[in-house]
Parts: sequence; C-alpha cells; structure tokens
Amino acid sequence: MALLDVDNLAVSFRTADGIVNAVNGLSISVDGGETLAIVGESGSGKSQTAFAVMGLLARNGSASGSIKLDGTELLGLSQAELNRKRAEQVAMIFQDPMTSLNPYLRVGDQMVEVLTLHKGMSKRAALKECVAMLEAVRIPDARGRLSMYPHEFSGGMRQRIMIAMALLCHPRLLIADEPTTALDVTVQAQIMELLADIRRDFGTAMILITHDLGIVADTCERTVVMYGGRVMEQGATADLFARPSHPYTLGLLKAVPRLDVDQDELETIPGDPPDMSRLPKGCPFTPRCAFRLEQCADVQPDLLPWQNVLRACHADPEKVK
Amino acid sequence: MTAFILKRLAIAVPTILLLIVFSFLLMEAAPGSPFATERGVPPAVLANLEAKYGLDKPLIQRMGIYIYDVVVNFDFGPSFKFKDRTVNDLIAQGFPVTLTYGFWSFVVAVAVGGTLGVLAAVFHNSWLDYLAVGISIGAQVLPNFVMAPILVLIFTLWLGWLPGGGWRGGQIEYLILPVIALSTSYMASIARITRSSMLEVLNAGFIRTARAKGLPMRRVILRHALKPAMLPVISYLGPAFVGMITGSVLIDVFFSTGGIGQFFVNSALSRDYSVIMGITILIGTLTVLFNLLVDVIYAWIDPKIRY
Repeated sequence: MALLDVDNLAVSFRTADGIVNAVNGLSISVDGGETLAIVGESGSGKSQTAFAVMGLLARNGSASGSIKLDGTELLGLSQAELNRKRAEQVAMIFQDPMTSLNPYLRVGDQMVEVLTLHKGMSKRAALKECVAMLEAVRIPDARGRLSMYPHEFSGGMRQRIMIAMALLCHPRLLIADEPTTALDVTVQAQIMELLADIRRDFGTAMILITHDLGIVADTCERTVVMYGGRVMEQGATADLFARPSHPYTLGLLKAVPRLDVDQDELETIPGDPPDMSRLPKGCPFTPRCAFRLEQCADVQPDLLPWQNVLRACHADPEKVK
Repeated sequence: MTAFILKRLAIAVPTILLLIVFSFLLMEAAPGSPFATERGVPPAVLANLEAKYGLDKPLIQRMGIYIYDVVVNFDFGPSFKFKDRTVNDLIAQGFPVTLTYGFWSFVVAVAVGGTLGVLAAVFHNSWLDYLAVGISIGAQVLPNFVMAPILVLIFTLWLGWLPGGGWRGGQIEYLILPVIALSTSYMASIARITRSSMLEVLNAGFIRTARAKGLPMRRVILRHALKPAMLPVISYLGPAFVGMITGSVLIDVFFSTGGIGQFFVNSALSRDYSVIMGITILIGTLTVLFNLLVDVIYAWIDPKIRY
C-alpha cells in the first residue's frame, strides 16, 4: 500500500469572480521512502495539492475526492484529528524561509513547542532533541542558536531550521513546496543535498514541488507534470525526461536554458497559464499546444499508459517531438 | 535600552519647553483678558490687577518667570479666575477624578475592543465578524454627547439603576456611565485596528507554519499571532491612554464629575492663563511619556528593534 494515496482530488475556491478550480481530478501516490516531484508552471495547482494534503487550504477553499495517508482518510477529519497527523506523520516546508518562521519568537521556542505538544516531552528533553536535529541539518553551534531570533540567520540557515523543525517528530512524509526558489543558487544546491541526505538517513518520503527541472532530474525517482490542475504526464523521471511524450512536458524541457548549446533566445511556451475560473471543457493546455487536434478543446483526454509513462493527450506520441 | 530611554527623556525636555513657549505665545496673541467683564474695569483697578499678577512686565520676562517657577518650584501659579486657588490645587482636585474614570475607560476599551477585534479576524466573514464590525461602526459614529444622554435616559430615568451624575469619590455606580460614554469610541477604534492587523498577521507565512506544525488554533492565535497583531494597536494606545486619563469636557459637564476636562475648557473661555498653561503642560508631558513607553514596549515585543 502506498504511503500517500490521492484519488480524484478536486480543490476549488469560492471567489468574488466565481468558482476557481485549482485542482481537477488529480490522482497521485507516494510510496514510503520515495521522492516524487510535482512540476508545472505557477498556477498549475501544485501548491494547492500540497495544502489540501496538509489541510491548510484557505478558508474559501474546499477539497473533494480522497487523500489517504497510511490508509487513513484525511479529508473530513476534524481539526483536532488533523493536528495529530501534522508534524507527526506529514510535515511541510515552504518556499520563503524569510517569512515561514515567526520573527517574534526565538528559534528554540518555535522548535520546542512541536515536541512538547506532540510527544509530551519536558522542555529540557525537547531542547536536547532540537540541538540534535539542528546538528543533523548541519547548523554549527546548534545549542547557541536556539536562543536567537529568525532575523539573525541567513536565508539558507532559516530553511535548514525549517527542515529541522519539520523533521522533529520523524514524519513519514515531508512536503517541500519550492524549498529553494527564494535562495541563492549555491545555497540551493546545499539545501537539495541536505534533503537527499535526510531522505537517506531518516527514510522520509518526500514530495518536492518545484519548477526547477534540474533539481528534479537529480533527486526524484518519479515526476508528475501538472497543468491546469490536472496531471499531464507522469512516470519515472528518467523515462519522462529522456522521451517526453506530452507537448507540455516537451515545452517545459525545451524552456530549460542550456549551457552546452549556443542559444540566441530562450525557448518559451507561447501564451499564458490558464484562467482557472474558465478552463476549457477538454484539455487545459489546448490553447497553447502546438500539436492540438480537433477534439482537444472539448474532450478531456484520459491518463493512459504509453511505453513506461502515463500521459493525458490526444496527440500521437510518436509525433510529439 | 537604558541609554535609549535616557536619550529620549533628554529630548523630551526641549519638546516640553517648546510646548510651553508656543502655548504662551498663542495665548498672548488671543484677544481678551481674564479681567474683562461686561461692565468694564476702571483703568486704575486694571493696572493694579495686572501688577499683582505680573502682567505689566514685558512678555519675555513673564515667560522667563513662568518657566522658572514651573521647572524649579513645580509651581503653576495662581488661578486668575478662582480666587485664592492655585493651578496646583485645581489639578490636584480634578486630575484624580479624570485619572480614575479615564483609567477604567482605557481598561474597558482595550478589553472589549481587543476581544472584538481578535474574534472578528479569527472568524473572518462570519456572522461574528459582521456583528463585531457593526458594533464598532455603531460605536464610532455615535458621538459621546449623544451617547451620554441616551445612557442617562435608559439607566437613570427608565430603569433607575444608576445615578445620572455626580462623583462621590468615584464610587462604582457613579463611575459606570461616564466610563461607558468615554470608552465607546476608543473601543471602536481599538476593535477596528486589532481586526485589520490580526487579519494581516493570520495570512502571514509563519502562521501557516504554525498550523502545519499541528498546533491547535487557540495556541496559534495566542502564541504566534497576538504579539505581532498588537503592534499597531499599541502605537494607537499610547496617545489614546493620555486622551482618556486627561478626560473629556463632555463627560465632566454632562455627569458633573468635576474632572480637569471641565477646568480646561472653562479656563480657555475665560482666559485663565495659568490654568490653561498648567493643564497643557500636564497633557503634553503625559503624551511625551506615553509615546516613550510605546517605543519601549515595541522594542520589547519586536526582537528586530534594537535601540
């Protein structure tokens, strides 16, 4: 049985402009210890999928379908029940470490409260555990850092603290929502390396949400490509990148700047990300797709196997190149 | 921190001196005199009066003497209108009254306004939010000169529960109506500021982190959101506290409480120079002190602020 099993998930928001459908019938699964990448442009529903798993959707949002963590259905749990799952079984780190830590509380206090709350530890024992965890994410002089405030750390250090805090209860699943987007390139590499080590040392399964395809290729076994709140293509990262069979995956890969080829201009996918309150009946990528067929705008393609991947596209995979 | 407070106190001295000079000049420029009456005063009598109160001396000299008396002897001089009473007497008599009802108004305004604001933000767009916003708008638009008679009408004339005026050393039944009348509009402002600032904080990334850690909502609000949400409220509370403890002429007149608010307005109307100056300096000094206190509290709450 998969650790996380998301089936036919839909997330929608009531707004002044009408209903916005951020995620439409998404099904993904993550096995224990596995790293799954979710890639796609801004607004493709990646983060909202993660928030739905955490039960952190905005107040005007609602989720339907099924999210099973270790066999337990998460949708419909009370806040109190959900609070027990959070941190203990599934934890999350966020894009901007500058704003994710409370600037008014000492780092130690923010970490300790996780353990006193979930594990019933004494403050003393919790502090000891926090020092060990900060050392595990390679923060030097961990003991002294506990009494410092977040603004006294660099961005990379803050993200390390976030990671340490997320791992305190040894959750089985860690969701990382663009964990390196707000960081310098050199720091990005360090954080990714750290996440890979943690996965090895703690056996934590991970969902990595990103639009950085370079990171995906290095660290994730499987990749899900999302667009318009739907899965466009999914499969083993190696297969997907070696032979993209979906026009959107192809476009994403082409848009990665290359150092080994002399390029005058960056490749882009023409058009804009879709308006999630007015999605076409068929495939959401239709208006921007170079391979579109007549039925694309009206008929939603099913996610069907082709070679080693699953793809949702009407176009002949042999012709998508 | 100590150095910062000392520095601020040092700056306060010239600030208050400037306040004295400007108030003094403004009153000098205003027409009229404390001795002007309907019938007029014979020139010889007027000259004697002016000599007695030192008004015959040149402006600069008068101002020098006044500042010397205030600073060195802490003496605000005699009242021009109340015979045989000094400004110190009047303040000693009236200020405890306004301090009492002002302080309780402050407590009520903060407790009720703060609670309403937090609840409105936490239950944003629910009936509770609409109710809280409704109450605070109602309280804001209802001036206390309308509020006071309505309160007296209901609680004194109809229900007969509370006295409609008087003070009697600040017994609780004499305190309730003035406190409600004075605190209402402050309460509304506090509720409004708390609500909007709490809403902003609740959308912050670190609140999402706190929830992702599995903290119960009560703890998220009390431990993670309240402190930052109070910052804008506190900067309002400094001047508001001074406004409340220095009273309101309306409260004093309507409820016959006898606080300094009444003395202040009467003295301005009758050109009772020394009383105006005394109360102005009192309010000015309190304002400076409480603004300093606000800055100190800011530094205590926000670790990023270091003086």
